[in-house]
Amino acid sequence: MSDIADRVKKIVVEHLGVEEGKITEGASFIDDLGADSLDTVELVMAFEEEFGIEIPDDAAENIQTFGDAVKFITEAA
Amino acid sequence: MRRVVVTGLGMVTPLACGVEETWSRLLAGQSGAGPITRFDASHLATTYACEVPRGDGTDGTFNPDDWMEPKEARKVDEFILYGVAAAEQAVRDSGWMPEDEDSRCRTGVMIGSGIGGLSTIAETAVLLKERGPRRVSPFFIPGALINLVSGHVSIRFGFKGPNHAVVTACSTGAHAIGDAARLIAFGDADVMVAGGTESPISEIGIAGFNACKALSTKRGDTPEAASRPYDADRDGFVMGEGAGVVVLEEYEHAKARGAKIYAEVLGYGMSGDAYHITAPSEDGAGALRSMKAAVARAGIDPSELDYINAHGTSTMADVIELAAVERLLGDSAGKATMSSTKSAIGHLLGAAGAVEVIFCILAIRDQIAPPTLNLDTPAVETPIDLAPKVARKRDIRLALSNSFGFGGTNASLILGKIES
Repeated sequence: MSDIADRVKKIVVEHLGVEEGKITEGASFIDDLGADSLDTVELVMAFEEEFGIEIPDDAAENIQTFGDAVKFITEAA
Repeated sequence: MRRVVVTGLGMVTPLACGVEETWSRLLAGQSGAGPITRFDASHLATTYACEVPRGDGTDGTFNPDDWMEPKEARKVDEFILYGVAAAEQAVRDSGWMPEDEDSRCRTGVMIGSGIGGLSTIAETAVLLKERGPRRVSPFFIPGALINLVSGHVSIRFGFKGPNHAVVTACSTGAHAIGDAARLIAFGDADVMVAGGTESPISEIGIAGFNACKALSTKRGDTPEAASRPYDADRDGFVMGEGAGVVVLEEYEHAKARGAKIYAEVLGYGMSGDAYHITAPSEDGAGALRSMKAAVARAGIDPSELDYINAHGTSTMADVIELAAVERLLGDSAGKATMSSTKSAIGHLLGAAGAVEVIFCILAIRDQIAPPTLNLDTPAVETPIDLAPKVARKRDIRLALSNSFGFGGTNASLILGKIES
C-alpha cells in the first residue's frame, strides 16, 4: 500500500475509532465506518492538515470512501 | 402538587470522582486544592485551584475513558465530559433505565453550566486568528454549547422528555434541580436528570475571575488553606471544577418501582437582588427572600432547619449570607449547623449548587454535617454553629442549600428526610 494510503488510514482510525481491518478501498465513511456528516467535515480537515493541501467543498462532497480520499490526495499532492 | 424525591446521585469533584469517595474525604476534612497542573499558571495572579484528580479511575481518580469513548471525548469540552460522567453515575444509582417508549418520554434532562465551553471557545478563537476559518472544527459549536450536556445525556439513555439547560452563573446547579423538580410537580415529566457542571480552570477562566478580584491570590505556598469561608483572613474564592447530577422522581413513581429514596425536595425559593453585576446587596435582602420563599414552599418553620449548606465562597460576601441566615432563623439560630463545603472543594460555579444539594442529602442520610475547613478566626461572632474543621454528628431532618450568582440571582432548596 502507498505511503499516502497508510497516512490516510491512520487518520481515519484516529478520528473514527474503527479497526484498521475495516478500512477497505470501497469502505464508505458514513455507511461502513460509523461517521456522521460532521465527522466527514473533520476528516477532510485532517487530510488537508496532514498533506498540506486544500480540498474545496465541492470536491470534499465527492470523497465518500477511503478509496476516494486516497485517489483525490494522490492527484492533489 | 405532586411530591418529588431524589433517587439517584452522581458527582465528579476535586476530592474524587464518585459520590461516596467524595463524601468520605469531605467528612475526613481533606482539601482538593493544590497548584494548577493543567497549564502553566505561573504568570497569573492565582496559581492554585481545586482540580479534579486525574488517573486510571482507581482510588477515586477521574479517568475520561471510563465515561466516554476517546473519539467522542475529543469532540467535547470538559464541562460536558464531567456532566455526562455525573449523569451516568446518577442514572445507574437510581436504577431507572426504561426500555419502553412511554417511560422514556416521561423522563427528561436539565443539566446546566455557568459558563460552558470557555476554554474551547478561547482555543478556537486563537486558532481562527492564527490559521483562519477553515481550521475551525465542526465540533466546536456542539462541543461548547451549554445545553449539549442535556443533549448528550438524553441521547445516551434515550430520555425523550423535557430537555433543558439552566444558565444562572453560580446558582445554576440549584436552579436546575429546583426547576426540574417543578416540572415533575406540575406533571410535565415523572423523572428528571438534573444538575450542573463546570470546567473553568483554564488560563482565560483564571485571568477573567482574577480581573473581577474574586479569586484568592495570597496562598500560593499553602493552597489547601486558601478556601476559608467566614475566616478573618479569607481573600477570595478558590476555583473548582466538576459536576453534580441527581435523579429526581415523582414520589409514587419511585415507590411503585421500589426505588431507593434518598430525600424529598420540599422547598425551592428564588429571588433577584436588582443591585450589582457581581456583588450581593449588602443587606442580604435577596438571599433572605430566596430562603424565605423556600421555607414557605416547604411549609415548615425556619426553626426546623437542622443543617444549612451555605453558599459561603470565602469572599467578603460570606458575612452577608451569614447575617441573612441569622435573620431567617431568629431565636433558633443557636440550634442550627451551617457549613461551607467550598472550604474543601473550592467553588464549582455552575456545578456548585448541585454538588452541595447532594452533600445536604448525604448529611440527612448519615446524620452528619460536613465541616468548614480552615476556619481559624471567625470574621464575625455568630450563634450559628459553623462546624469548624471537624464534621459535626447531629440530628438532621431538614437541610437548606443556598446558591447565589453573579447578576444577583439567588436560589434556595430545602431537602427533607423521608420517614419510612
